Amino acid sequence: MKYNSQMVAKNYFIFALILLAGEVLFGLILGTQYIAGDFLFPEIPFNVARMVHTNLLIVLILFGFMGATYYLVPEESERELWSPWLANVTFWVFAVAGVVTILGYLFVPYATLAEITYNNLLPTMGREFLEQPTIIKIGIVIVALAFVLNVGMTVLTGRKTVISIVLLTGLIGLAVFFLFAFYVPENLVLDKFFWWYVVHLWVEGVWELIMGAILAFVLIKVTGVDREHIDKWLYLIIAMTLISGIVGTGHHYFYIGTPTYWLWIGSIASAVEPLPFFLMILYAYNMAAQRRIEHDNKMALTWAKGTAVMAFLGAGVLGFLHTLAPINFFTHGTQLTAAHGHLAFFGAYIMILFTIISYAMPIMRGRPNGNGLKAQAVELKSFWMMVIGMLGVTSALVIAGTMQVFIQRMAGADSLSFMATQAEIVPVYTVRLAFGVLTLLGLLTYFYSFFVKEEAA
Amino acid sequence: MSERITKNMARNIYLGGAAFAILVFAGLTVDTVQRVPELSHSEKITESVAEGKNLWEVNNCVGCHTIMGEGAYYAPELANVFDRRGMQDEAAFKVYLQGWMAAQPMQEPGRRKMPQFNLSEEQVNNLADFLIWTSRIDDHEWPPNIEG
Repeated sequence: MKYNSQMVAKNYFIFALILLAGEVLFGLILGTQYIAGDFLFPEIPFNVARMVHTNLLIVLILFGFMGATYYLVPEESERELWSPWLANVTFWVFAVAGVVTILGYLFVPYATLAEITYNNLLPTMGREFLEQPTIIKIGIVIVALAFVLNVGMTVLTGRKTVISIVLLTGLIGLAVFFLFAFYVPENLVLDKFFWWYVVHLWVEGVWELIMGAILAFVLIKVTGVDREHIDKWLYLIIAMTLISGIVGTGHHYFYIGTPTYWLWIGSIASAVEPLPFFLMILYAYNMAAQRRIEHDNKMALTWAKGTAVMAFLGAGVLGFLHTLAPINFFTHGTQLTAAHGHLAFFGAYIMILFTIISYAMPIMRGRPNGNGLKAQAVELKSFWMMVIGMLGVTSALVIAGTMQVFIQRMAGADSLSFMATQAEIVPVYTVRLAFGVLTLLGLLTYFYSFFVKEEAA
Repeated sequence: MSERITKNMARNIYLGGAAFAILVFAGLTVDTVQRVPELSHSEKITESVAEGKNLWEVNNCVGCHTIMGEGAYYAPELANVFDRRGMQDEAAFKVYLQGWMAAQPMQEPGRRKMPQFNLSEEQVNNLADFLIWTSRIDDHEWPPNIEG
């Protein structure tokens, strides 16, 4: 580690991993409720478990992004962090706010939560993924401002690299687009239209800039490939991301009351969306093939390749599968959307966090060459358990969604109702749950790899 | 391919491409915002419809249901529930919804459970008005059939 202030990243990474365990656990609760509808009712109704599941995911990714930023920005900028103190304060503020929010979901009925947090003064609650009480959203904005200030001051007063500028652009975009979470018009169509400004422009826009920057940083470190070369690839990837991703928002504007031109504009633009992810695969594998050093931390490179491949499968392939308007007419709002969402989030955003954590954590724990062979062997096992687990979960969901399309929507007069269709799918949901358990076991194995003792060399 | 493209060219593709995409998207946004009132019959958003939307939100209905295909996929689509359960009759739909909301949670072992939200009669009517208004949005004839 070159700069002491990089150390602030450690808390962020550890907390992100703890939240990830909670996120997967609640995923298993939801998966069980798909099979046994009264599981944990009325203690934890489905909607509450789902809020916990999705909100934990978002918050853990934000913690991970912040940790990654605090780790790589000093090294890129060749100076200490502008204010390590501020970074530590925002960690605790954000951690406490996050925990309070989750406990609020679990122990207070949602309508009561809205009432006691004065949602009526500025109603922002009750929209998918943006369920946080308004006061918490204001807190998130304050934390984000402090974070962007800290990172911005470090980047702008230090050495400016393509990686740090792209990362900063992504982080500012993340903060700016979150502001649309405060706009909740009376008209449901406009509400939905601008809701996607947060959700889509985060996930298929600015977050990909952040992911690209983190991936570039790790690739430089573990392959020793020339920075000029890495930078060029990074520019091409994020160019494709924004060219396809911004107008590609239109693939959400097919059937929600928006004008007809979105049917073809959204289809065309989003058909290009797999391209940046495909470039990422070429990028990771080319850099690995051209590597000039043999880094002892093999796992960091394994995760880097893995995140490129899995993001392409999840965001690219599974997204493209139902992004064309005539197909989406039948798949919209089915488990196919859930399949795409699960593999895209895991492949792109969870695995990029594993990439940077696997690279940075050993260094922060005094092992500049990575963990020992035994620990890396355990970590490799966890890599495959989680990858196979998530591929299993999403394959099952693809089958479930396809069954919905054919049984509920395309069977003419014989079409079954929603609830009857769901009953038909229960065996598939059981397979999904089994692969979910494998994913959790993989995550626990990953945690165990941190504690593997090496014999003294 | 990458050998023929220099870093400067790549940067210009990024900046130019992003600027172009932002401009196109901003233009389309302006046009959409102007046309949504007509497509959604916004003049029919009464106080009751607006209150219904608020109730939809503060009870986190979207945590289980979809509405125009968006939300959770655990419970039925509700943008067309007026067509499915109300047979296009507003009064009949309100009677149906009052009964449905009062009956939750249903005591059927293993069935997915809808919580009891303790809404007043007026609030259930607000919710019904919101769902009736939603069912009339021009959403390109989605969903494919009445089952949602």
